[in-house]
Amino acid sequence: MRIREYHAPRWNEQIIHEMTSPGERGFIPPRAEEKIKRRVGSASDLIPSSMRRSKAPDLPELSQAQVLRHYLRLSQMTLGMEMEIDLGIGTCTMKYSPKINEELAGLIGDIHPLQPEETIQGLLEMVYEFGDTYLKEISGMDAFSFQPPGGSAGCYNNALMMRKYHADRGEPERDEVITTIFSHPCDAAVPATAGYKVLTLYPDEMTGLPDTDALKEVVGPRTAGCFITNPEDIGIFNLNIDEWTGIIHDAGGLCSYDQANANAIMGVTRAKEAGFDMLFFNLHKTFGSPHGSSGPGSAAVGVTKELEEYLPSPVIVKKEDGRYSLDYDRPKSIGKVRDFMGNLQVVVRSYAWCMAMGAEGLREAAEVSMINNQYLVKKLKKIRGITLTYPGRRVDQARWSLEQLKRDTGIGITEVNRRVVDYGIQSFFTSHHPWLIPEPFTPEPCETYSKADIDYWCAVLEKVIEEAYTNPELVRTAPHNSSNHRIVFDGFNDPKKWAMSWRAYRRKQDE
Amino acid sequence: MKLFNMGDDFVHPYIPNSVPGIKKKMLEEIGASSANELYAEMIPERLLMKRPMDLPDALPGELDLRRHVEELFSGDNTANDYISFLGAGCWQHYVPKVCEIIQSRSEFLTAYAGGSHSDLGRFQAVFEFQSLICELLDMEVSGIPTYDWGAAAGNSVRMASRITERKEILVPRNVSPARLQILENFCGSVSRENAIKITMVEMDQETGRVDIQDLKSKMSDEVACVYFENPNYLGIIEAEAREISDIAHDVDAESVVGVDAISLGVLSSPSSYGADIACGEAQPLGIKMSAGGGSCGFIATRDELSYVAEFPMRLVSMATTAVEGEYGFGQALYERTSYVARENAKDWVGTTTALWGITAAVYMSLLGPQGMRDLGETIIQKSNYTVSLIEEIDGVEVPYRGFFKEFPVKFSKPVKEINESLLGHGIFGGKDITEEYPELGEAALYCVTEMHSLGMIEKLDASLREVLA
Repeated sequence: MRIREYHAPRWNEQIIHEMTSPGERGFIPPRAEEKIKRRVGSASDLIPSSMRRSKAPDLPELSQAQVLRHYLRLSQMTLGMEMEIDLGIGTCTMKYSPKINEELAGLIGDIHPLQPEETIQGLLEMVYEFGDTYLKEISGMDAFSFQPPGGSAGCYNNALMMRKYHADRGEPERDEVITTIFSHPCDAAVPATAGYKVLTLYPDEMTGLPDTDALKEVVGPRTAGCFITNPEDIGIFNLNIDEWTGIIHDAGGLCSYDQANANAIMGVTRAKEAGFDMLFFNLHKTFGSPHGSSGPGSAAVGVTKELEEYLPSPVIVKKEDGRYSLDYDRPKSIGKVRDFMGNLQVVVRSYAWCMAMGAEGLREAAEVSMINNQYLVKKLKKIRGITLTYPGRRVDQARWSLEQLKRDTGIGITEVNRRVVDYGIQSFFTSHHPWLIPEPFTPEPCETYSKADIDYWCAVLEKVIEEAYTNPELVRTAPHNSSNHRIVFDGFNDPKKWAMSWRAYRRKQDE
Repeated sequence: MKLFNMGDDFVHPYIPNSVPGIKKKMLEEIGASSANELYAEMIPERLLMKRPMDLPDALPGELDLRRHVEELFSGDNTANDYISFLGAGCWQHYVPKVCEIIQSRSEFLTAYAGGSHSDLGRFQAVFEFQSLICELLDMEVSGIPTYDWGAAAGNSVRMASRITERKEILVPRNVSPARLQILENFCGSVSRENAIKITMVEMDQETGRVDIQDLKSKMSDEVACVYFENPNYLGIIEAEAREISDIAHDVDAESVVGVDAISLGVLSSPSSYGADIACGEAQPLGIKMSAGGGSCGFIATRDELSYVAEFPMRLVSMATTAVEGEYGFGQALYERTSYVARENAKDWVGTTTALWGITAAVYMSLLGPQGMRDLGETIIQKSNYTVSLIEEIDGVEVPYRGFFKEFPVKFSKPVKEINESLLGHGIFGGKDITEEYPELGEAALYCVTEMHSLGMIEKLDASLREVLA
């Protein structure tokens, strides 16, 4: 296969502060009309003297075209999903987000969240029906909220519901939460932040499957519940997941399902049958909303009837007369995890995506994602230097290792990740921590990638690995065709060297 | 799997490998006959769905989909169809076109977790957001923005609690009730001894500002921080901000201040009156309201290890590359984040609001110091003008002075009725805060920004006169 010649835009763009040209302006805000000024006087006199800004903020001064050009150039030096074959970023479901949905989401751009309900009946209906019609059927859960504004926030929402549930039942001694090491880090970090002691289970060493005996050993009267990602981040589906939820329930705990990796199981298997009490879907992963350079996203939180009253407020209710309304009067609710109703523009996109898919399309997306992954597995197994750590079929993704390559050539995932970008392929997602699988990478070839895309991606990886064997220096010193060169900086953990703002950088340069 | 209502041979435009021939070829290479056969190898039979999902008919055609959604929204109105005086945490400001252009660029819109070389522009844009917001706040460290002001405040007070090793925070009653609910969740814990206790401080009924005497009486060496907002939820500028910070510092507590970023062209920076941790909302900086979806929280501090080590979010740092003079970027103290530290992390982080941060960077670059000042002046003149008109109406009282863009209005009639009547005049009245602040009686929180022309303000005045007559 012919590998494209590629070179990323390299603008050597300055920091915007360096481009300042005193006096230039990029935007003229509206001014108060003369009549207003005459009546109220100067703005300064309207501000308590102690609070008048004495020193103007040191923002850059630039004309509009110069600002636009600068940020256009920065955008060009960003390899977004739409620019390339982004299947290397696994656990993130980098699927195509239909462009039409951007326009549809824009229809709510100028809606204020506190507008009278009668002026946003269509929006409320859409959000309600997205939960009540689509997500209910896809998951088997009974009620949904879209207030959590991201996946980890969905996990947090569920930890708060778990905390309140046990407190209401007079069981505050339940202070332990169980997760697995191949669950997303939020499933450990979030309950810990909510005050839980977190017990992390490790898989069977040979199979990589979650270890049911280990679970049995740790459950007990202190068990508040579990936070489990399934399929796990290495692509393995817990074969005993319903037994796990049974064990947790028998101990009096609740089960929260992290469905960030649900893309290949839509219409195939559901949270309800697996025995979960609550879950979250990442709408910016599975449900076709773009990732936005890391947000805004949205977590759809679903719960069983029993936990419905704990959902954050407000919830949208459908009244007998068919009108939709916001219900704030919910005494058992955990209150708020996010102001207003969350990122509803994301819900609009996901609703539109589901409408375009339908039941068959959703199942088709799942199947094709799964088949794409089997196909990728077959291809990657043929490339030298790469190994798959555990046996068994993976669902949506698999965690691979370049340990062999590293042993053979000294080139590992860090170097490979710098070299693939020379071919216009985004650096791969490695693994969440800890790296139980050495030199890891985790591709996820979801349904919007074609067979040709997968073939090409594999061809690039194969070429880079070939280079590692034949010309390791070329890989070690990469990137060569990217927007900048290899980062050589030892200051990310050094307070004297790091700089999280231009002014800090300048000060440290001067010192 | 058959595409039931789409037909057996239907090829979905979002799924290239739904072409039957391609799928068949791939299955052959895998060595399987069907998807079901493969699923049976990875998921227990008892958990497999045995029926197709029961969902509405699909609309895979773009025109059909567009019409469906437009039809669904056809009865809805936006704040552009009315004259809106709603604020209370989400505000209608003008969004410069350039902000929209940059935020809708494919590259920024669809990037996520790429490498620092291939995503150089994303890293730099976020770094510039950090740099620019630090200029408004007069701080040196910020990170990828978080979900909203509430989350930023929640993280900030937890940072203060860890820094001081104390478990009580003081919060005045004039902070946003919604944010207070978010704070309560952030401060709670499974056991009482691990929770951060929130002690409320009274609001001065004469001024709408923090009651300094009550603050003094509640401050002690058990207190981790005072968290106050400036302008506060009721829109009032906290003129004694310096005194509030001093009262906290006297007992080695932190001063944590939440701000509306758009006020900082004309209002003092938080650090100038003693804030140790500044947080707040960036939605006004070029981000549309989107029914509340535009929220974007930030946190900033001085560049000291004791603070930086407590940040929950990712912090983009400048770096050097193999080529002299070339910029690179990476993440400072990454091992601190929950991505690495899992349950040992001090707080959690996730996908937040990077695209809004980039948009806000564009906004701050466009306006510059002069634009931020001009805009702040416009807002404060227009809000004061509005008050000067409506407070002359019988049945209207504006209790507090010294506000920025929001102010409570007390009415002689129920706000609910007034707002219903105003709707008939094409006006969204201010948020009803009668239940939130019963001491104000029937009251609404009005918001006036640069969006309100003289004519719109006069329309409100005339309409209120009619409604209250």
